[in-house]
Amino acid sequence: MPAADESYPADLRYHPEHDWVRADGDEHVFGITWYAQDALGEVVYYDPPKVGDTITKDSSYGELESVKAVSDIFAPASGEVTAVNPAVNDRPEVVNEDPYGAGWLVRVKLSDPSELDSLMDEPAYRAYLAGL
Amino acid sequence: MGEFAGWDMPLYYSTASAEHRAVRTACGLFDVSHMGQLEVSGAAAREGLSRALTNDLSEIGPGQGQYSLLCQDDGGVIDDLIVYALADRYLLVVNASNIAACREWLAERLPTGADLADRSPEVAMLALQGPRWAEALRPLAATPLAFSLDYFDIGEDVIAGVPCLIARTGYTGEPGVELMCPWDGAPAIWDALMSVEGAPAPAGLVARDTLRLEMGYPLYGQELSRERTPIEAGLKWACDIVGGGFAGAEVMRRQVEEGTADRLAMFRLTEPGIPRPGQDVLIDGRPAGRVTSGTLSPSLDVGIGMAYVPSASAAPDTDLVIDVRGKPKAARTARRPLVATSPKE
Repeated sequence: MPAADESYPADLRYHPEHDWVRADGDEHVFGITWYAQDALGEVVYYDPPKVGDTITKDSSYGELESVKAVSDIFAPASGEVTAVNPAVNDRPEVVNEDPYGAGWLVRVKLSDPSELDSLMDEPAYRAYLAGL
Repeated sequence: MGEFAGWDMPLYYSTASAEHRAVRTACGLFDVSHMGQLEVSGAAAREGLSRALTNDLSEIGPGQGQYSLLCQDDGGVIDDLIVYALADRYLLVVNASNIAACREWLAERLPTGADLADRSPEVAMLALQGPRWAEALRPLAATPLAFSLDYFDIGEDVIAGVPCLIARTGYTGEPGVELMCPWDGAPAIWDALMSVEGAPAPAGLVARDTLRLEMGYPLYGQELSRERTPIEAGLKWACDIVGGGFAGAEVMRRQVEEGTADRLAMFRLTEPGIPRPGQDVLIDGRPAGRVTSGTLSPSLDVGIGMAYVPSASAAPDTDLVIDVRGKPKAARTARRPLVATSPKE
């Protein structure tokens, strides 16, 4: 499966370190944006947090590696990890192929959902990317 | 694209792992025109180079090449290179980042009667590598010469209308050739190769690095430097220790007799993770060595690398720990190469 085409879904919120968050029932799902996976190149390794770990907004909660580089993954909001995507451990390149779907990274129970208010919506993130 | 030794280099064309696999299973084409070409000619060329290069130059005659090193008097490596004996001159293919250093060292040391010329700006170089290299090249070669060369041999032919030096060498561990031609002839060869049946995959610098690292080939600036000798780097086989009068020979003879504190070791992680250059090797929990190269092996799907470690820990099958950004990762030293392949066919 080839790398995905550039897109930024309208139902997500975006962090300036190129991470996204999506509401899913009581929980939220985190991942990295198309821009982030494109900058990193072919992802070959995912070092995830553990289920039950507490992660903190704006702090690194894991690492993604391409053949040549390592990238911290930043939490767009704080909370407790309730699931880690096993598919990314099995086939890290799924992050390149489907960054907003099968390439999700963690599910999190947010400790303070109001933190999401500080994140960007799609038009704001696109404007932010245009200024980089 | 990435910057390397002042050149804009393609890091990858499709994905590095696909290019890597293409070279291991079919063939790939690398533009390595950044490499340098120095020529030494004249009546004193052989004698002069024998005193500069570590390997025994008397082992090769016209049409043959040899891996060798250029060292300082203290044994520190100025560059590693391939020297080819041609009919009327020697050709040294050197690393891009060391062209000036090699040229200056040789200009200073070569005797009267040995003439040095830097052809780097005029010469382009393409590396066609992989088990299917001959099928890709055959429709473009004026004569069958390339297909009868032995490993490390060199000859001349016309490829896609362009006169070339063709050497049965490379940096991937696969069989293949390196083509050297006039600068403006390279696009015609590249384009012609891309349009043959069984065309090679264009391959970039990242695949070149993962391929060489699986073989345990050292890279100047990572495993090799002026701070390390070929003996520490495990390259004694490329040094004429017994008879050689080359720069650095005295130091290396002593190192062979007395041993060295550190040795270069190849290793693979025995748990998930990717080692990176500059990370510490821990022995009994303390930093005792340094990773010089590390990556995820596309062939083996495990982290692999090379590191300078205390000599006692450099033997194959020694357990090590690599400090991967604060996380201790179990590793074991291994024999080179890590993949079962040979460039000799």
